[in-house]
Amino acid sequence: MTDTLTRQDAPTPPPASMSPVELGRWVWRQLTSMRVALFLLFLLAVAAVPGSIVPQREANPLAAADWAERNPGLATWAERLGLFDLYSTPWFSAIYLLLMISLVGCIIPRMGTHWRALRAAPPAPPSRLTRMPAHREQATPATPEQALDAAERVLRARRFRVHRVPDTRARPGESAGTALAAERGYLKETGNLLFHLSLVLILVAVALGSLYGYRGSVLVVEGDGFANSPIQYDGLTAGARFDAGDLPPFALTVDEFVMEFEPEGPAMGSPSDFEATVTLEPTPGAPLEQRVVRVNNPLSVDGTLVHLLNPGYAPQVTVRDDQGEVLLSQPVPFLPQDQSFTSTGVVKIPRGDDPDIGIQGIFLPTGVIGPEGPQSVFPGLGNPVLVITAWQGDLGLDDGVTQSVYRIDTEGMTQLTDGDEPFRAALGVGDSVDLPDGLGSVTLDGVSTWVNLQVSRNAGKEVALAGATLAILGLMPTLFVRRRRIWVRVRNGSSVSHGTPSDTSAANRDTVLAIAGLDRVASGDSGDLDEEVAAVAAAVEKEMT
Amino acid sequence: MSADTAAYLSNVLVDAAMIIWAVALAAFAADLAFGSPVRHQVAERVAVGAGAPDRSVEAAGDAPDDTRATSRWFGIGWGTLVLGTVVLGAGVLMRGLAAERVPWGNMYEFAITGSFLVAGAYLLLSRRYDLRTFAIWVTGVLLLTVGLAVTVLYIPAAPLVPALRSPWLVIHVAAATIAAAFFTLSMVAASLFLVRDTAERRGRTQGRFVSRLPDAATLDRVAYRVTAFGFPIWTFAVVAGAIWAEYAWGRYWGWDPKETWSLITWIVYAAYLHARTTTGWRGRRAAIISLVAYATLLFNFFGVNIAFVGLHSYGGV
Repeated sequence: MTDTLTRQDAPTPPPASMSPVELGRWVWRQLTSMRVALFLLFLLAVAAVPGSIVPQREANPLAAADWAERNPGLATWAERLGLFDLYSTPWFSAIYLLLMISLVGCIIPRMGTHWRALRAAPPAPPSRLTRMPAHREQATPATPEQALDAAERVLRARRFRVHRVPDTRARPGESAGTALAAERGYLKETGNLLFHLSLVLILVAVALGSLYGYRGSVLVVEGDGFANSPIQYDGLTAGARFDAGDLPPFALTVDEFVMEFEPEGPAMGSPSDFEATVTLEPTPGAPLEQRVVRVNNPLSVDGTLVHLLNPGYAPQVTVRDDQGEVLLSQPVPFLPQDQSFTSTGVVKIPRGDDPDIGIQGIFLPTGVIGPEGPQSVFPGLGNPVLVITAWQGDLGLDDGVTQSVYRIDTEGMTQLTDGDEPFRAALGVGDSVDLPDGLGSVTLDGVSTWVNLQVSRNAGKEVALAGATLAILGLMPTLFVRRRRIWVRVRNGSSVSHGTPSDTSAANRDTVLAIAGLDRVASGDSGDLDEEVAAVAAAVEKEMT
Repeated sequence: MSADTAAYLSNVLVDAAMIIWAVALAAFAADLAFGSPVRHQVAERVAVGAGAPDRSVEAAGDAPDDTRATSRWFGIGWGTLVLGTVVLGAGVLMRGLAAERVPWGNMYEFAITGSFLVAGAYLLLSRRYDLRTFAIWVTGVLLLTVGLAVTVLYIPAAPLVPALRSPWLVIHVAAATIAAAFFTLSMVAASLFLVRDTAERRGRTQGRFVSRLPDAATLDRVAYRVTAFGFPIWTFAVVAGAIWAEYAWGRYWGWDPKETWSLITWIVYAAYLHARTTTGWRGRRAAIISLVAYATLLFNFFGVNIAFVGLHSYGGV
């Protein structure tokens, strides 16, 4: 969080007996110390790991449920520890909040210090410049005043802030009374502070998002549409301060949804394009607009984004009874099971007092009935085949229990048979088949597509972006600027008291110029200090001739 | 040139680069075994100049010729390392031409492009710092990565799945690859620092291998500076990824395993940078943190794709 200049580094044990105030101070000092900050950083890194192993409910509820089913023992513990929603658990939040408190506790005092340092002169030269990491002395024929002027020009040209200060700490006879105190690289600390404050800004943005943001998903079959309201969503996650009234009241219709796949080559069968053409009604009664939505190219309506998520096929199925009366005729969304879009789905036909009919289907976009049963060899619609089996009995639709529209609970139902074999039929587009026992017929009229649309608003994302941008801007000077002090002391010297003057041979050289440099190294990354002090000395020499 | 020809050429060039680097590795090994050790004092002297190019030249000028000159084995190694890098660069370029897009759409391409960048960054940095003693280790890492790419990760050149078709792919993945290249070099420097530092503590710096390493302080500094270059780039890569995620998935951060691990890597490198400013954590401890950070980076690139199913699972392993 902070450099050694300000963080309390030495671990101080708590005093044996402390008043509450003392205890508070001690805790605060510990919390804002670099050691604790480091510890919290590690803790945060380690604590984030389980969330990558255990599927997160918010990101992928199906995967989370699936994982829990496959690891029942672990799932119990995962549930207790909140691992399915790890990043919003109190203990995970506690770690990053403590880290933020530690950061703020460190940053605030440093801001004050830095503000004062920006306005104040750098400290006067120490009494012995020879003890500084880099040091030079040279004699010059100029007067002390001229030498200081020259040095000041040189240092300013090298972008130092230069102050003339009373040389209070010099030993008697070693100074002309005034010295130069110069410092460069204030931007390093400015950048450092900016970086850390930006992290706080990002956290604020994330908090805004979790309070005001929302994300809903809705499955739309080609040709259908939806109005933007929570009732229409299949799923909705929203922040605590989310208000359904905030939803922009748009409506849209998916006129066409096209899936294209690589027809050949090494990537044959991988998606090449998903494109939805939609008609948007931005607000009720507003003129309709036609828009195109693609993966990586969402539709934006008044700060709300509409994304294409996963797509699939919806076979258009018509079921008739034995009189030829249509019981059901609609596209039925099927869920893709593999890369070739082999999809499964069900058609549920309640028949009032008569036993319900349930049809289980496997849809193959490019179907081949091979020795291992029906399978799809390509995700595009090459040879659409719908393979069905059928059940009769109670579908449980009246039980009031929400049930999957992609699955039939076959308990309490009997499978229709064709002789001794279970009834099974493969339908091409336009094909019909009669169900056994005079239960009617099933026709595959055609194939539509469907797409899952995600409707979301990420509140605070602009704030997060601003924070991230400032953080990167702050990082640059933090890592690349070097904070450096240079002092210049002059004295009338017919003799040189210590150090080796670079030139004492010339006559009239009665001013001695001492230059010393110090890097305020926080990272142990000392660099070209010697070079710079030497260069300054040479430039001053040149300036005076 | 047809896409098929480019794809074929790319495969040939990558294989060729691997063979050339194998020769380089053998030559560096021979140099280590049979070359004359550099005198310690001179090595230190050159190291002091690191950071200022003109000083290095000055140091080289001061030093007698035989200390700056290297064994013939080293010369062969260096030449083949440069040649292999050029050949691999051509292979990466051909791959891009074959797929008609930037060559970092899947892990194979990522590995070959990353290797090229590591090699390039190393060769560029050695113009400024004296990193010759790194050569064998850098070459070893490169050879391992390309070998893994060719044998395990290879998939034929193909267009991108729609999810990856975005200008952000260019920006996000390029930044991640460049940062990873810097972090790889810092990993080599940090490892060598630990070796050299251990030797210095025990007073055994006369060994054939250890005596050629720059002194511990220099290695530590190189490791830090290379990380300091990589860290803002990595930060940018994560941010660019978040912006892309907002476009592609409708949220800028969703704790997808890849996102989570990129943040873990970021946090551990941040810890490294902080540790360097903390008394008691400088030096060895900081170097170990840096190695841990690199391990999380590797896990993110390879482990996450193989072990977890997430939104980043596309384009093959």
